[in-house]
Amino acid sequence: MIDIAITKELDGAKGSMALSFKVTIKQGEFVALSGKSGSGKTTLLRILAGLEKAQGEICVADKIWLNSTTFYPPQKREIGFVFQDYALFENMTIEQNLLFVAKDTQLAQHLLEVTELSSMKHRYPHALSGGQKQRVAICRALMKRPKLLLLDEPLSALDSTMRTKLQNELLALHKEFQTTTIMVSHDSSEIYKLASRMVVLENGAIIQDAPPSEVLLEQKNNTLTLRAKLLCIQETATQPQAIVTLGQQLTAITITKEEAQHLSIGEDLLINAKELTLQAL
Amino acid sequence: MIESINFTPFFLSFKLATITALILFCISLPLAWYLSQTHSKIKPFIEALTALPIVLPPSVLGFYILYALSYDSPIGAFFEEYFGVKLVFSFTGLVVASCFYSLPFMVQPLQNGFETLNKHMLEASYIAGKGKLQTLFSVALPNMKPALMTAIIITFAHTVGEFGVVLMVGGSIPQETKVASVAIYEMVEIMDYTTAHIYSAIMLGISFLVLLSVYLFNAHHTKRLGL
Repeated sequence: MIDIAITKELDGAKGSMALSFKVTIKQGEFVALSGKSGSGKTTLLRILAGLEKAQGEICVADKIWLNSTTFYPPQKREIGFVFQDYALFENMTIEQNLLFVAKDTQLAQHLLEVTELSSMKHRYPHALSGGQKQRVAICRALMKRPKLLLLDEPLSALDSTMRTKLQNELLALHKEFQTTTIMVSHDSSEIYKLASRMVVLENGAIIQDAPPSEVLLEQKNNTLTLRAKLLCIQETATQPQAIVTLGQQLTAITITKEEAQHLSIGEDLLINAKELTLQAL
Repeated sequence: MIESINFTPFFLSFKLATITALILFCISLPLAWYLSQTHSKIKPFIEALTALPIVLPPSVLGFYILYALSYDSPIGAFFEEYFGVKLVFSFTGLVVASCFYSLPFMVQPLQNGFETLNKHMLEASYIAGKGKLQTLFSVALPNMKPALMTAIIITFAHTVGEFGVVLMVGGSIPQETKVASVAIYEMVEIMDYTTAHIYSAIMLGISFLVLLSVYLFNAHHTKRLGL
């Protein structure tokens, strides 16, 4: 069980704000942390890792990592951290990167096998692709058999194919090690696939804390609801068309002239569709 | 002709440069590491103090060092009385003066090297359970080889090339403080242009080779990392 109740004054883009985070996480839980940029997600991970100070209390498996009298430095916290930019030790080979954390050759070998990196264990990070680097970073984070695994947007820099592959690997590793995990992510499908709980932060405060299905699935009265962003409005001979982005896809929707007057570019929209047909590609 | 050339000034210059580079490396490493990691308010003051020898005329620096190390000053008197070491017009004095004069050339490349390191890489080492000392030697230093190379070589070359400070603090005592740059000055003064030419050509060649080695090393390192 991990009890977190922390506060910290942050200097955000819109002035100072208070980060206030209070949750209890069960052993083995996979928590996704989401929210707009600047809402305090990365700072929260850094506080949990002991890389930044904060007020409050962090208690992990009956051990106090932080309270008014105790502050465990990162070295004493049993954590694994995967940075967004991998942060591999460039002067060490893949294998050395893992063994630097713990001299456990068996575990290193096993992790490299699971992530299909065994054949390149003598390579240096500069000779690896982005996806390979991120897999090394995940393996390295697990080398200490951490009590808490912190992932800071671990897959955001990868293409969708590599993302899916790594999501499956993360899932397999989480199943095997049962490490309590907190992952920062903006990707709904990734959160839905990996996490058992989703916490949404806004301006440093928790605004939602529920299973991903409750937070992410938007279906009311058998009506499909989609979140979209208005890119532009095109005038045609008959009726105006709103060009919207649905994830990676661009779609044109015919709207009335009156609707066009009330919409502004860049606005977030909800699109409702009643008739729904599915077709395999 | 070459047989008649006295190479002792060169030997003295290289001995002085080697000792200075070694001492400065040991002093500058913790100082540069501290400066790269701290957000303290005194950081700009330390940085300005360290950089002073770059902008101060060598004669000014030489004058203050001479004043501080002479027997009339508490420091000079202390060293002569308790250790029997004369700090002016001696090789030891030259080493002390060179350490002040070349300090920024060691500290600044090292500090830049530390500051351009990926901060997350150092943090990953702390998270892996490693202390600051092990992180410094196992992660930071091996990942900033070009900065290390630049700091050591430029400090060495700069010390070989110093003139004003060594002349003021060391004078020109043969076999003791008469380094190559001072020897060239004397040759010109007594109008022995042939020896001055030979000495100057040697200095020019060595300086070029030293700089070339730094640039070749850095180019090789950049290529190896595919940058």
